[in-house]
Amino acid sequence: MNPIVVSILDRTIAAGTPLLLGTLGEIVAERSGVLNLGVEGMMSVGAVGAFMVAMNTGSPWLGLIAAVAAGAALSLLHAFASVTLKVNQVVSGLALAMLGLGVSGLLGKPYMGRPQQAQLPIVKIPGLVDIPYLGTILFDKDPLFYIAVILGVLLWFLLAKTRWGVRVRSVGENPAAAAVQGVSVPGVRYLCTLAGGALAGMGGGYLSLVYSRSWTDGMTGGRGWIVIALTIFALWNPLRAFLGAFLFGGIFVLQYMLQPLGIPPNLLGAMPYIATLLVLVAGGLRRDSRHQNAPAALGEPFSRGER
Amino acid sequence: MSLRIHVLPRYRAPRGFPLLVLAGSIAAGLIAVGIVFAASGVNPFYALYKIFAGSFGSRYGLGETLTKAIPLILIGSGLALAFRGKFWNIGAEGQLLAGATAATWIGLNVRLPGIFLIALMFVSGFAAGAAWGALLALLKGRFGVNEVISSLMLNYIAYELITLLITGPWKGATQQGFPYTDDFSAAASLWQLPGTRIHVVTLGLALASAGILFLLLRSTRFGYELRVMGENPEAARYAGINFLGVSVLMMAVSGGVAGLAGVGEVAAIHHHLSYPMAISSGYGFTGIIVAWLAKLNPLAAIASGLFYAGILVGGDAIQVSLGLPAATVQVFNGMLLVFLICGDFFLHNRIEVRT
Amino acid sequence: MKKIERLEMSGISKSFGVVAANRDVTLAIGEGEVLGLLGENGAGKTTLMNFLYGLYAADSGEIRINGRAVHLSSPRDAIRAGIGMVHQHFMLVQNHTVAENVVLADEEAPFLHPAARVVEKLTTFSRRYGLSIDPARRVWQLSAGEQQKVEIVKALLQGADLLILDEPTSVLTPSEAGELFAVIRRMSEEGHSVIFISHKLEEVLQVCTRIAVLRRGRLEGIADPAKVNRRDLARMMVGREVLFSLERRAMPAGGPVLEVSDLVVPGDRGLEAVKGVSLTVRANEILGIAGVSGNGQRELVEAITGLRRSTRGLVRLEGKDITNQSARVIGAMGMSHVPEERMRFAVVPNLFVYENAVLKQQRNRLFSRVLFLDYEAIRGRAKEIVQTYNVAAPSINEPLKNLSGGNIQKLILGREISGEHSLLVAAHPTYGLDVGATEYIRGLLLALREKGKGVLLVSEDLEEIFELADRIAVMFGGRIVGVVDREAAKVEQVGMWMAGART
Repeated sequence: MNPIVVSILDRTIAAGTPLLLGTLGEIVAERSGVLNLGVEGMMSVGAVGAFMVAMNTGSPWLGLIAAVAAGAALSLLHAFASVTLKVNQVVSGLALAMLGLGVSGLLGKPYMGRPQQAQLPIVKIPGLVDIPYLGTILFDKDPLFYIAVILGVLLWFLLAKTRWGVRVRSVGENPAAAAVQGVSVPGVRYLCTLAGGALAGMGGGYLSLVYSRSWTDGMTGGRGWIVIALTIFALWNPLRAFLGAFLFGGIFVLQYMLQPLGIPPNLLGAMPYIATLLVLVAGGLRRDSRHQNAPAALGEPFSRGER
Repeated sequence: MSLRIHVLPRYRAPRGFPLLVLAGSIAAGLIAVGIVFAASGVNPFYALYKIFAGSFGSRYGLGETLTKAIPLILIGSGLALAFRGKFWNIGAEGQLLAGATAATWIGLNVRLPGIFLIALMFVSGFAAGAAWGALLALLKGRFGVNEVISSLMLNYIAYELITLLITGPWKGATQQGFPYTDDFSAAASLWQLPGTRIHVVTLGLALASAGILFLLLRSTRFGYELRVMGENPEAARYAGINFLGVSVLMMAVSGGVAGLAGVGEVAAIHHHLSYPMAISSGYGFTGIIVAWLAKLNPLAAIASGLFYAGILVGGDAIQVSLGLPAATVQVFNGMLLVFLICGDFFLHNRIEVRT
Repeated sequence: MKKIERLEMSGISKSFGVVAANRDVTLAIGEGEVLGLLGENGAGKTTLMNFLYGLYAADSGEIRINGRAVHLSSPRDAIRAGIGMVHQHFMLVQNHTVAENVVLADEEAPFLHPAARVVEKLTTFSRRYGLSIDPARRVWQLSAGEQQKVEIVKALLQGADLLILDEPTSVLTPSEAGELFAVIRRMSEEGHSVIFISHKLEEVLQVCTRIAVLRRGRLEGIADPAKVNRRDLARMMVGREVLFSLERRAMPAGGPVLEVSDLVVPGDRGLEAVKGVSLTVRANEILGIAGVSGNGQRELVEAITGLRRSTRGLVRLEGKDITNQSARVIGAMGMSHVPEERMRFAVVPNLFVYENAVLKQQRNRLFSRVLFLDYEAIRGRAKEIVQTYNVAAPSINEPLKNLSGGNIQKLILGREISGEHSLLVAAHPTYGLDVGATEYIRGLLLALREKGKGVLLVSEDLEEIFELADRIAVMFGGRIVGVVDREAAKVEQVGMWMAGART
């Protein structure tokens, strides 16, 4: 295989990993019925948190934990507003996206332009890494990629094949039916929203620890919004999220690849966003208008009725 | 003895209650910001005093506040319209920029006497913003595309396209290599009140828009159908309301007034097209809060736009004097919005503590 | 399974704000009993049972099971105590399979691959109680009767000894209802107790061993079905003598107002919901379409009123072709429509009463000039409707959602009924309304008929159809399977048609 192709695939995986993490998280949240539009903010605080902690402690792992914690903390606010206060989930998510972007810009100011010293170790999987071509692409990567893949498969299995999954999906489809069976709808929704925020934070941590190993204000570059579109594209199925995430990873890589060809860089820069639009339009053409695949209660606050 | 907190629905709110809740939310937001100040080592009361003194306490400050209020009122009223129809238009940034771009082209390439040129600039700016907005309604109506995502994507696309223009074909010959277009001629620039930057024509348009949009919502058939569509889409279908028609018109108006704001910014404040984020200054996002503060009433957007402009100007002032970073404003934006929507909770529910 | 030999509720009271839903109710039920809980809509039956099932907390009162006081603060507590409930509106996840729905209910379902293990349990239970369901089918594919069976099996699987059934026959054909009664008898023989909530007098008399009547939140009395008749029960329910028939004049049918020929209409999931329906409604006539929900009635009504596209066939209003025209045009041409699920489709609850008074008519020349709405005219019309139709509203400037269901329906009817309109399409018009409002609205429909209009009435309530319709058509599986004149109609035959049997 042409070394250029290997390099492209290699970088596609790298570009797609944060998208995969974010999409998996959003799928979990939305499956429980909570629409989380704040992913961009959660990714951002994850990125800045990871960078700050890694810089100051020298440990990339602590940085990763900080990323997860930051994303989860912001999503806790969203869960509180959406599930307990039952406010409009669209506006709540947007507000938190703004807040997250602002806070991360504020906190990250002193860190701009400084290179990240701490680095996550590359993990080579013995045996598998010796497979020609595929070995270097898939099995010679940073730990977050493996975590993302394992999580993806695990989440699919949990949602589709376990009792826990039935409960979560029921909460997203018909919360009244779940509540009547004694399932705590707020509990499930809090848990899933936090998981979504944690994964988004992890995705952001990937950006500042692995992908570009630096911090810039706005480095999430709209990936959080793309994640939300990818969730729809994945039809809320974690396995399909792989397809969408790496497809878009490829688009990010393509941007750089096409530069030397003389295409204006801004046109290339617009590619992921145009692609997102096209993906959404195609989705609208394919399915019937009833959005059969979206969780039926998505975005609707649930009140149990008076006690 | 155990305490149980019950959340019960509130059916009737006493008069003036909504205003009380609004005031409470703003107060909570200010307190939160105060905490942020204190954590940064700044006396919060002094900082808040400085903010309001900076924006309303001097002739210069007042001028700046009015100047910043112009795009905020325009966008705030336009967003109030769209949000009443439950169309989450987050694309006002792109719509503003579309208007600025159209006005730039006209301003630099068309030869007409001053008044006609300005008029043409405003008309083309409105049309460009309207098109950028109506596209979102078409995408949603025909393809079911989620408008939050599409409007954001169009923002990003607008940023890229404009950067393309100013670094490429539209790069000013007189700008010594900077990525700006040429400066606008005097004919293409808006008249400003002496001693201030207030571009009076746009201010007039802003006030007029707020009023017109308010009337549209309240007294026209279109406004009625828009409100029904926003409150209960299924009843709207039953009532034979043309979703696509109403939402396209609604977004054309919403995007159009944002386009007018873009014309004002580029023809009065900057006098050339340059970095998109510098032109839009985040007004497209701040406008969301202005609209929400105004409780989605376009006329009230005048008051909330002025108020928020004051915060922005005051914030600028203390940034300089106290050394706080620019992101502070965005943090305040986000926090205030969070408090506002949490405040809405108290409008629809009441808390009862029982033993 | 927890054995409930005796369950007692004493002194139950519950208020929502100023409205007292239950006032000091005391009831008891023993094993093997089928207790009927009778009362009109709003009498407090469901509230009482929600308390028993742990969904509500009562303001005062207690429950004793086998002599010991219990505190039921959640459905889980109730289930553990042996109480199960089948709600009127099924608590099933439509997109999931039957097995997955049962998994949700089954505390003993294993963590991994739960659906597979649950199938065995389902088969055992089905055989024992005579309820057969395919565990692999998705709930939206099942008929209402089959969905109800799933609900019952769910409750039994959880170990319910006392089963509460809330208005169970509202979605069943007469023969399915008969099947249900057989199942109830089987359960009673096995030692289960059943609470049967209903507002249908005949059924309660048929299947219950004792009948408790609630009125305005209070227990009006306990009756022995062997010793009372419909009249007695109705009097207890309403507090006055209830007329069981409205004044009805024989009217010769006029010319055709609505003609539907070979109409084919697709459903939501791509399949045909209406498979070639032809019918005619004449002036001075009420054509009643009987049939259990889900047999194409909704799609038929939507196609006729312009809310859904039909793929074949014709619809004519007073001779003019209105096939696939828009709802607004059809409305302007003389058709009124009172849809089912009124809060969802026919009104905007957050808007004011006067704004709702012209919904669908906002383009009417009376109410708007060019661009602007004439609010004076609109308010005038709202006041007119409120007065003429006795809508109890403190003011027309109130948000509509503050009105009660019956008054909202009166407003809708008042809005839709207009001198120029020739046809009224009414779908389940008295659903969920109390006896007073129901009588009033049925009277309105008859009055329309006398004024020379045609009425197309779709209803699941056979009593209503028999009371109002001149001709009765039955829909099953997307087709009209039988049409009969009022005089010649018999409940048994109509019931059989509803169940799909053709004679």
